[in-house]
Amino acid sequence: MVLELFGRVALAIIFLLLLVAYLIYVERKIIAAIQRRKGPNIVGFFGLLQPFADALKLLHKETIVPSLSPKILFLLAPVLTFFFSFMAWAVIPIGAGYVFADISVGLLYLMALTSLSGYGILIAGWASQSTYALLGSLRSAAQMISYEISLSLVLVPVLLLSGSLNLTAIVEAQQNLWFIIPLFPMFVIFLISVFAETNRAPFDLPEAEAELVAGYHVEYTSMSFAFFFLAEYANMILMSAMATILFLGGWLSPCEGLIHLPGPVWFCLKISLVLFLFMWVRASFPRLRYDQLMRLGWKVLLPFSFAWVILTAGVVVLTQ
Amino acid sequence: MDLTLYLPVLIFALVAGGLVLGLLVLSHLRAKRLPTKAKNLAYECGFDPLDYKTPPFNIGFYLVGLLFLLFDVEVIFLFPWAVTLSKTGQYGFFSMVFFLGILTIGFIYEWKKGVLDWT
Repeated sequence: MVLELFGRVALAIIFLLLLVAYLIYVERKIIAAIQRRKGPNIVGFFGLLQPFADALKLLHKETIVPSLSPKILFLLAPVLTFFFSFMAWAVIPIGAGYVFADISVGLLYLMALTSLSGYGILIAGWASQSTYALLGSLRSAAQMISYEISLSLVLVPVLLLSGSLNLTAIVEAQQNLWFIIPLFPMFVIFLISVFAETNRAPFDLPEAEAELVAGYHVEYTSMSFAFFFLAEYANMILMSAMATILFLGGWLSPCEGLIHLPGPVWFCLKISLVLFLFMWVRASFPRLRYDQLMRLGWKVLLPFSFAWVILTAGVVVLTQ
Repeated sequence: MDLTLYLPVLIFALVAGGLVLGLLVLSHLRAKRLPTKAKNLAYECGFDPLDYKTPPFNIGFYLVGLLFLLFDVEVIFLFPWAVTLSKTGQYGFFSMVFFLGILTIGFIYEWKKGVLDWT
C-alpha cells in the first residue's frame, strides 16, 4: 500500500515538474505574443522542446560557490525553496476525492508552507555574502511578510462562509454559489497579495533587474538557480490552485449543462485562467517603487480586508 | 486524531527531498568545475568587491518583521474563531469585535507614529 502511494506521489511530482517547465514555456510564448514577438520557436515544433533544452543546459552548467559563503547554507537555500513549493501539493484536491492527504487543517498547512518559503530566500541572500543578494532577499522577505498578513486575512471570510479548514469541504461549500460572487473584493485582494507573495510583476522588486541585477539569486548558477526558478513557477501554480479552491469553486462546473465534464478538467481550466492573469499582468504593468509597495500592503489592503472580515462576520451572524 | 491521514504528506516530503537531492548530485556529476579566484568572488559589477563583510542593512526591515509578528499572531487567532462562528453566534461575534477594536486602536497609533511609512 505504502509502495503504491510512493509511486503515485512520484508520478504526481514528475507531472508537476513537467507542468512547471511548460508553464515557463507558455509564459514566454504569451509575453512574446503580447509584445508582438515570436518567442521560443527553434527547438522542436513551435519550440515545444525548449523546456527540456533549458533543463539540460542548466544541469551541465558549473556550480559556483562564492569563496566567502558558508557552503552548506548556500546550497541548502534553493533546495529548501524548491522542497517547500512541492510539499504543499500534498493537500490540494483536484477533484472530488482526488487528493493525497485530505487533512482537516489543509488551509493551515498551505499557509505554513508558503510562510516557510521565506526562509529559503533569506538564507540565500545571507549566504551569498553579496550586497545585491542581501538587499534583494531582505526586500523580498519584507514584501512577503507584509502581504502575507492581507493574504491570511482574506482567508478568514472564506472560512466564515465555509466553516471548515479542510480544502475539500471548502469547495463543497461552494456548491450553490462560488465564493467569488459574495466575496469579490476579497478575491481581488487575494490576487494582489499573491502577486506580491510569489514575487511576480508588478511586485518583482526583489529581482528588479535594473537595480539589483537579480536580487537574491545573483550568485546562483546551474541546478541551484534552476531550483529557485522552478520553485517560483511552482508557487505560481500553487497559488492559482489556492485561488481556484477558495474562490472559483474548485472542481465544480460553472453550470448544470456542463456537469459531465470531469472535475479535474474544470480544475485545470480554472487554474489556467488564473495563471494567464499572472502573465497578462506581468506584460501590462510597470514595477512599483518600494515605498509604494509597502504603502499598498499596510495602508490599503490591510485595513480594507480587516473591515471586510467584520462585515462578513456580521452578515453571517445576522443571517443565522 | 488519525495520523495515517498525514502519511501522504510524509511521502511527499521524502519524494520531493529525494528528487531535489538527486538533481543536485546529478548536476555535480555531470558539470565541469573549474574554479578560479575571480570566478568565486561575489558579483559586484565586474570589480573586486569593495567590502568583504556582510553588508549593513536598513533597520526598517526589522520593524516590518516586528509588525508582521503582531499581526500574524492575531490572524492565527482569527482562524479558529471564523471556523466556529456559526456555533458561537452573537456572543462570539461581539467578543471578536471587542478584540479587533483594541487592535485597531494600536493600528491607528502605529499609523500616526509613521511606522508604516517606508523611508
